[in-house]
Amino acid sequence: MSSNITSSVSAISKRHFLSKEWFIEQKSLIALIVLIAVVSVLNEYFFTIDNILNILRQTSVIAILAAGMTLVILTAGIDLSVGSILALCGAFAASMISLEIPVLIAVPVSLLGGAVLGSMAGLIISKGKVQAFIATLVMMTLLRGVTMVYTDGRPISTGFTDVADSFAWFGTGYMFGIPVPVWLMIFVFAGIWYLLNHTRFGRYVYALGGNESATKLSGINVDRIKIGVYSICGLLSALAGIIITSRLSSAQPTAGMGYELDAIAAVVVGGTSLAGGRGYIMGTLIGALIIGVLNNALNLLDVSSYFQMIVKAAVILLAVLVDNKNK
Amino acid sequence: MKQPILQLNNINKSFPGVKALDGACLNVYPGQVMALLGENGAGKSTLMKVITGIYSLDEGEIRYQDKVVSFNGPRESQKAGISIIHQELNLLPELTIAENIFLGREITNRFGAINWSLMFEQADLLLKRLKVKHKSSTPLNELSLGEQQMVEIAKALSFESKVIIMDEPTDALTDSEVDSLFVVINELRDEGYGIVYISHRLKEIFEVCDDITVLRDGKFIAEKTVASMDEDTLIELMVGRRLDEQYPRIATTHSTVCLEVKELYAKATHGVSFTLNHGEILGVSGLMGAGRTELMKVIYGALARESGDIILNGQVINPTSSLQALNHGIAYISEDRKGDGLVLGLSVKDNMSLCALKDLSKGWQLDHQAEATSVNDFIRLFNIKTPSMNQIIGNLSGGNQQKVAIAKGLMTKPKVLILDEPTRGVDVGAKKEIYQLINKFKAEGMSIILVSSEMPEVLGMSDRILVMHQGQISGEFSAKEADQEKLMACAVGKNNNEVAA
Repeated sequence: MSSNITSSVSAISKRHFLSKEWFIEQKSLIALIVLIAVVSVLNEYFFTIDNILNILRQTSVIAILAAGMTLVILTAGIDLSVGSILALCGAFAASMISLEIPVLIAVPVSLLGGAVLGSMAGLIISKGKVQAFIATLVMMTLLRGVTMVYTDGRPISTGFTDVADSFAWFGTGYMFGIPVPVWLMIFVFAGIWYLLNHTRFGRYVYALGGNESATKLSGINVDRIKIGVYSICGLLSALAGIIITSRLSSAQPTAGMGYELDAIAAVVVGGTSLAGGRGYIMGTLIGALIIGVLNNALNLLDVSSYFQMIVKAAVILLAVLVDNKNK
Repeated sequence: MKQPILQLNNINKSFPGVKALDGACLNVYPGQVMALLGENGAGKSTLMKVITGIYSLDEGEIRYQDKVVSFNGPRESQKAGISIIHQELNLLPELTIAENIFLGREITNRFGAINWSLMFEQADLLLKRLKVKHKSSTPLNELSLGEQQMVEIAKALSFESKVIIMDEPTDALTDSEVDSLFVVINELRDEGYGIVYISHRLKEIFEVCDDITVLRDGKFIAEKTVASMDEDTLIELMVGRRLDEQYPRIATTHSTVCLEVKELYAKATHGVSFTLNHGEILGVSGLMGAGRTELMKVIYGALARESGDIILNGQVINPTSSLQALNHGIAYISEDRKGDGLVLGLSVKDNMSLCALKDLSKGWQLDHQAEATSVNDFIRLFNIKTPSMNQIIGNLSGGNQQKVAIAKGLMTKPKVLILDEPTRGVDVGAKKEIYQLINKFKAEGMSIILVSSEMPEVLGMSDRILVMHQGQISGEFSAKEADQEKLMACAVGKNNNEVAA
């Protein structure tokens, strides 16, 4: 019996390694490696430890948003409100820090706030039977408005207290020579990976995205799964907001505008299907890194920022076309 | 003999693994109504799709107005004068009646703008002819179903059709709507249209049709005049096949009641009561749309119950969700694998364990080892042909998919297993294996409800048989007293006593 299982498991992994299927599955990773190789040849500064850490830190915010977005998209949903949650929770955290509320209280409370905001979108979608696009569009506009009212359109500084200094660790600190935001990104991806591959919740996420009525008929509470994924997405948006606020020592009311699209792009470039039910969290990490490396490389290569947008669009289109072809 | 306007001769059509039509014939005469009859799966719909060119035919010929024709799709056949009115209407509820009638061929002036007044005028004329009391500028969704059907007929008339085919036109109509439909059909007949009338309701056939064509297993069985027939001979023609020995029935004694359903009312269920004994296979027969699936889904908690009780081992359970039903030990295997049975994009393993993941995890963490063990056990036990348990299930054959679906239900260790059309879209070999599995569960004491449209299957497998018609139970038979004629008679709406008499 047990030999049977191990043989079938090893058969799968054997099939993947360096075979054609393996290449197809790992194409975003291969694209990333090719991209890095090409840019390294074109610019000698690119492949230095400083620059790599720089890229990773710059990518971390979008990557963390994209991790939550992956969960949502796997259920065949979408979340446009991540940028607004980022701004509101960042502003909320900044004002708590400026009031010298300890980091150990301010940060968890902000994260919880993000989860609650996300769960509201989940409730509207599951109980109100509103399409995810509309529900999160409403949340996006609403929460941006709330942020503007709350901040009166002005940045909120975290101040110059000891509390503010320790809060700055999230965006500017280092652990073992690696920036804290990069550590946070790694933890987030490890956590979501575990969730998707080793818990019932993760399995239900894939099932829900693959076929909602079959999932329902299998006795699974799909409303709870939906609320769950939007809550996690909201929580991670809040985490991204904390990183940005901490890094700048202030919360900008316009922070995170347009980030939802970057996050969606990272998910899609990473090979997750917008139709739901199919995708990998590690693909999203690679997708985010591809976009991050591309931004960095275009800067190093002195491509004007106007052109950068065009190149980015071309790369995203290419990635999606290649993905379609292999289906 | 009259000269047919549309003539189908010896039509053959095969799909991978199935011969859907095998020498099917149909003649349509001008000024007459031809009934097309047959069991579910006899090939009626396939034949209609061959006429309109949705399917290409393998062999045979279609003669229309004395010429051999082959159409390349509904648009062409409609242009030539053959209109089909499908069971599910092809209308757009948000548009007006006139827009629906002239959809895709709106009357325009020479600049391409729609000439509304002319279009409404012409549509009004058509409606008047059919005695519909609406202006053609009324939005369709303000019409009753019967009136919408009239709009479909008006559309057919606007094509100057000579042949009108109606597929189960009265399925969703009220009695008075049926009456006015028949008035229109009679008028159309008098005006010389050739009409094909497909229906399961024998009473209607005798009321409105002139001739009858019977299909069985894709084969042409008979063409008769209605005057020469009675209901019993007709039923015999429709089912007339012998049971072969593919159903290895096993005898078990069962006396104690496992599941009891009392006066159950729901959306498509109207006062259903029955019992299911321990270790019994209860067959549920009936025609499509009789409300069998809906009844099963109410018992499974997937559809809302209005009143009545569902009692399992003496305890009222009345599940309000599928999860509750599963926890009580009721498992339901859907008739629609693609729709709500399986997640086709996931692997064999992920599908099979989906209902039972709670038992296969430690806390919130999946126990991959335990999951793989039980999935592999079932793959072996059910002889599921898959390269590995990680194969995407959409790549398996229908029979193997169905085995996974059944295994998925069994993983929850149910007391009552509801199988809804367990052999639909399954090849002959796998069918037999599935029957053997069902018998095995029965021998282990499981109580099974077997819903099936295939009468030989119900007759061959069941200990007791219920027949449903329009959301009610119209007959109950023991395996001994049941035969296809009795089941068919109850399925088309005669009740038990009439049949017994």
